[in-house]
This record gives sequence, structure tokens and C-alpha cells, in this order.
Amino acid sequence: MLNYAVKRLGLAVAIVSLAMFLLFCMIYLVPGDPASVALGPRATDAMKEALRIKMGLDQPIWVQFWHFFTGAWTGDLGEEVLSGRPVLDVVLEQLPFTLVLIAGGISWSVALGIPLGCWAAINRGSFADRLVGVLSVAVIAVPSFVIAIYALLIFAVTLQWLPAIGAGEPGDPGDQLVHLILPSLAVGLGWVGYIARMVRASMLEVLEASHIRTARAFGLPENMITYRYALTIAILPTITLLGVGIGQMLSSAVFAEIVFARPGVGKLVYDAILTRNFPVVTGAVLVTTVIFVLLNLVADLIVGALDPRVRSSF
Amino acid sequence: MSTLAISGLNVVFSTEDGPLHALKDVTFDVPERRIVGIVGESGCGKSTLINAILGLLADNGTISGGEVLFEGRDDLTQFTPRQMRDLRGPRISTVFQDPMGALNPVLSVGRQMINIQYRSDQSKEQKAARAIEMLKLVRIPDADSALERYPHQFSGGMKQRIAIAMALMMEPALLIADEPTTALDATLEVTTIELLKDLQEKIGCSVMFISHHLGVIAELCDDVVVMYAGEVVERGPVREVFQHPSHPYTRRLLECDPARQTERTRILPTIPGEIPDLRARPRGCVFAARCLDRHEGCDTPQPDIVVAPGHAARCNLAGQTAREGAGA
Ligand SMILES: Nc1ncnc2c1ncn2[C@@H]1O[C@H](COP(=O)(O)OP(=O)(O)O)[C@@H](O)[C@H]1O
Ligand SMILES: [Mg+2]
Repeated sequence: MLNYAVKRLGLAVAIVSLAMFLLFCMIYLVPGDPASVALGPRATDAMKEALRIKMGLDQPIWVQFWHFFTGAWTGDLGEEVLSGRPVLDVVLEQLPFTLVLIAGGISWSVALGIPLGCWAAINRGSFADRLVGVLSVAVIAVPSFVIAIYALLIFAVTLQWLPAIGAGEPGDPGDQLVHLILPSLAVGLGWVGYIARMVRASMLEVLEASHIRTARAFGLPENMITYRYALTIAILPTITLLGVGIGQMLSSAVFAEIVFARPGVGKLVYDAILTRNFPVVTGAVLVTTVIFVLLNLVADLIVGALDPRVRSSF
Repeated sequence: MSTLAISGLNVVFSTEDGPLHALKDVTFDVPERRIVGIVGESGCGKSTLINAILGLLADNGTISGGEVLFEGRDDLTQFTPRQMRDLRGPRISTVFQDPMGALNPVLSVGRQMINIQYRSDQSKEQKAARAIEMLKLVRIPDADSALERYPHQFSGGMKQRIAIAMALMMEPALLIADEPTTALDATLEVTTIELLKDLQEKIGCSVMFISHHLGVIAELCDDVVVMYAGEVVERGPVREVFQHPSHPYTRRLLECDPARQTERTRILPTIPGEIPDLRARPRGCVFAARCLDRHEGCDTPQPDIVVAPGHAARCNLAGQTAREGAGA
């Protein structure tokens, strides 16, 4: 297992490095001079030149890349244009809000998707199975920002059951949790559908496997067969899918944060783009990439922990 | 007393194209402490027979008649699913064909062997000790550490031996083996069969051994049941049936057995024709369409003719051909 973890970690480092390279290329290739973009149309040439030197834009490209690369790996993502605060601090300040939101989205999707998928598979062909199928497709098809807006209108505005905006009173977990319900539902609802379908399909496949027939031939209780013999296998592709899905949830989080006026990395990027605060945009994208790769790593490690075949294939 | 006495067993699957009569009037005994071989081409209903006995027929299958008497008392066709489940494992256990897929890939061998003892109130250590004892019996190297390992860490032959160990761990009255050696190579097949025979004597159980390998049946079994298109066409003691085959199908099977061919033969003889569509069974003999001795007597339902003690064939010519065969 340790061997597997180390190799998988190495792969993660390589992916983050590649992401940094691509990000650097994108910044470099975007037309326009970053210094004049940052300073706006009324800046003098002298001001632009000073910022250019400060940002290292007068150096050769590989030197710039090296600075960017080593800086990023040591946590130096540059400074905010106006306040001069380190970008990393700005991003990390907002990160917990987004992570909590994603965690909430995953919780919804897992807590509803896995039991629904299992239930549909066990009662395959029944009305319940078809209902789960139709609902899954429906929630997958509706974009998350539409869910966010309707959730807001129905539960916060019309019914007034839940608060509409913000992340709740700092230091009051109960209030924060109440504020989390609607945005996390908007992030996670589509994934309830994906997971229900995935779990149903892999459950049906596993239940046909000959080792399940063996388990039945030994008279094992049906519950043990479903949950310990079948679900432990059927869940594996779902975990991998979730790891990948975190990328999509991160983009849903941007909408949810804007609609619900919640603090978070998505809101940060949105505001930064409006105010042309590009170092913050770059830094936030990089941090998000690292989070994505890390969560994928976690998903793979969970699969490795659950599946001995994966462990030994590395 | 017989461990298993099957009489007049019928199984029907409902399919989109109408009912499929997969087993028709199947009758035979598995006497105590004997090994009964079941032979027949693939698709002739061997697995259906096992599933019917175990109460594991697919959802579209029903037992439409007959009885399966277990240990002379209980008719298994009348058992509730719950009662059947209690029987599977401790009283009747099974080894399936596919050693690669028969064990759960994400649970350790030990976990699986302990789980199947879930009915016993022994401690976990005692159950593990019992599992190790069984693994030693089937000659798994390093049996003590094998419990920690996972199925993919064993070879196919070892996995099949582990499956045998699991099946015999609870000392069942009946072991059902569905082509347990078909997926193994010839040397492994021989050792696995010797092992099976050994353990059967040690434990004193009866065995129902399904195979389409006549050599293996001759080697291992006391009795043989020949199946064709869901019917038992001939049954009796192995020696008797192989020396005096009384049903034309059995004779053709024996002629086509690769082991009987001289090395020069290039093309394996096969029986021309196909198994009839089980959705539209012929009224008379099921084998008539492929039979060389066909005549008008074959167009009516065939009687089971006893040609020697314990030896019967479902063919109107059975008595005569058996005599001729014995004379030739
Ligand atoms: N669930 C099922 N539904 C319909 N037909 C089936 C089903 N299971 C088996 N059969 C049919 O029953 C016959 C016997 O199959 P099977 O018992 O698997 O044969 P064998 O094990 O001897 O190869 C075949 O014609 C097969 O197509
Ligand atoms: Mg079969």
C-alpha cells in the first residue's frame, strides 16, 4: 500500500507541474501586456515599465518560467496588484468556504446517490427502478446554476425555510450549516443522478458475477451479499468517478457562490476578473488545480485501500 | 438410503418466445457416499439441474413438477427460500466451474472462509483455525499465511483447491461440482480429481460431479447419468454403462470421445445435427432427429427401460440393443 501511495503521489506531482506549465503558457500567450492590463488605460509608460520590471517581464521567457515554477512550488504566487498582499494568503483565506461547499455537494451525492442506485439495482425493472432512472437523468440534465436559482427562489424566497445569502455567522457552526444546505445541494444534486446511475449499473454487473453465485451457494445472508460482497466492488468505479467529478463540482461552486453571494474561491475569481486582478486569477486557478489533483489522489488511495488488485498492480 | 433422490423433475423457463422446457422428467439417485457423474453436451441442462436442486434457479425459471428428496426426508422443491438457504453450505455445498471468478476479489481468503461459517457460534480464532486446517488438507502451500492473501495472489489451480476447501469445510452431506476441472490444464485436472476423491472418502459425503469429459467420469465416478436436451437418457453404474451403452446417444458420445481416438485420426468425429429447440420439444424421443436407428417407434414418448440392475435407458430399443452390444 505504501508503495502504491508513493507512486501515486509522484504522479500527482507530475500532473501539478504540467498544469503549472500550461498555466504559464496561457498567461504568456494571452495577447496584451500584463503590466498595462493590470494598471489600466490611464497608467504612464514609466509606471508600466516599473511594474514590468517588478513582475520580471523583462527577463527571458525560460527565466520567467523558472521563477513562476519555483515560486509556485514554494507557495509564492505573486502579489495582488493593488494591495500588494501575497496571492496565496488571499486564496487560502477563501479556500475553506469552497472546500466546505464541495464537501457538502459530495455528501449529498453520496448520501442519496449510493442508496438510490443500490435500491434500483436490487429492484431492477420495478417502478422504483424506473423512477430513479428518470429522476437521475433529470437532475443530470439541469445545469447547476439553474438548480441554484430555483433552490434560492423556492426555499429561501417563497417558503423562507432557509437563508438566502452568505455563509453564516463566523464561529457559529449551526448557522453555517444552515447556510450550506442550499448551495451544496445546487453543487451536488446533479451528482446524485450520476452516482445513482453508476452504482446501479455496476451493482447489476457485480450481482451477476460468479463469486456472488458462490456466496449464494454458501447460503450467506442476502444483506451480507449485497453490502459486503457486491457493494464493496460496485462502489469502486463510483469513487473514481467522484474524484474526476470534483472538477465539475468546482465549476458548479463558482455559480453557487455567485448566486448565494457566498465567500469562496469561485467568488474570488469572479471578483478578480471584474477588477482585472489577474495574479489572483492565476493563483486561484493554480490552487484549485492542486486541490483537484489532491482530491483525485485521495479517491485513488481509497480505491487502492478497498481493492487489493489495484494495490498490487502498481 | 440415498442422499439425493430426484424423480420426475421438470423445469421450465419463461422466455420471450414462450416456455422453454429445460428439464423433462429427470429421475436419478445420488446414493450415500457415492460419486455420481453427469455428462452431456453443453446446453443439455446440467447447470439448470444444479440450480434447481440448490434453489438458485433464475427468476424466470420454475420447477413445474417432480420432487427432490434430500436424505430420504425433505422434498427440496417444497422448501421456502429461507429453508433452502439454511441447507446451502452446511448440508449441500457447491464448487463451480470458473476458478478465476468464484472467489470475491476484494475480500481476503480468510475473510471469505470465516464468513461462510457465520452460522457457527465458535470464536473468530477457531473459525480461522478451521479454515487453515482445510487449506492444509487441499495442500495450499503456506496455509497459515494464506488467510491474509487475496484470490488474485493464487494460481487458477490453487483457487480451485481453495474453492474445494471452502465447499468441504462444513462437512456437507452432498457436494455438487459443476465442471470443476474444465478450466484447468490436464495435469492440474488429474491432481484436482485425485484430491477430490481423497477428501470425499475422508469426509464421507456424496458427490454429484458434472463434466463433459468421459475419461474423468470413468476415473472418478461410481455411477453415471447421461443427459440429452434436458432429459436423462441413460443412467447406471459407470462400468456397466460404458461397457454396455444402451441409448444411441451414449454410444455416439463414447465413439466421439477424443480419448478413444487413435492418434492418427485428424478430425474428431462429432454427432451431426443439433439439440432440438427446447421451446418446441418433439413428442417422441428427443434424440430421434440425430439418431441412426430411428424408426416409427421413436415418434411416441419413450419408456425408461431397465436393461440391468440399476441401469436404465430412455429408448424403445434399449433391451435389444443392449443384448446385441453385449454379444458383439
Ligand atoms: N434463465 C434462463 N432463461 C431461459 N433459458 C435458460 C435459462 N437458463 C438456461 N436456459 C436454457 O436452458 C438450457 C440448459 O442450459 P444449462 O443448464 O445452462 O446447460 P448446461 O449447463 O448443460 O450447459 C439451455 O437451452 C439454455 O439456453
Ligand atoms: Mg453449465
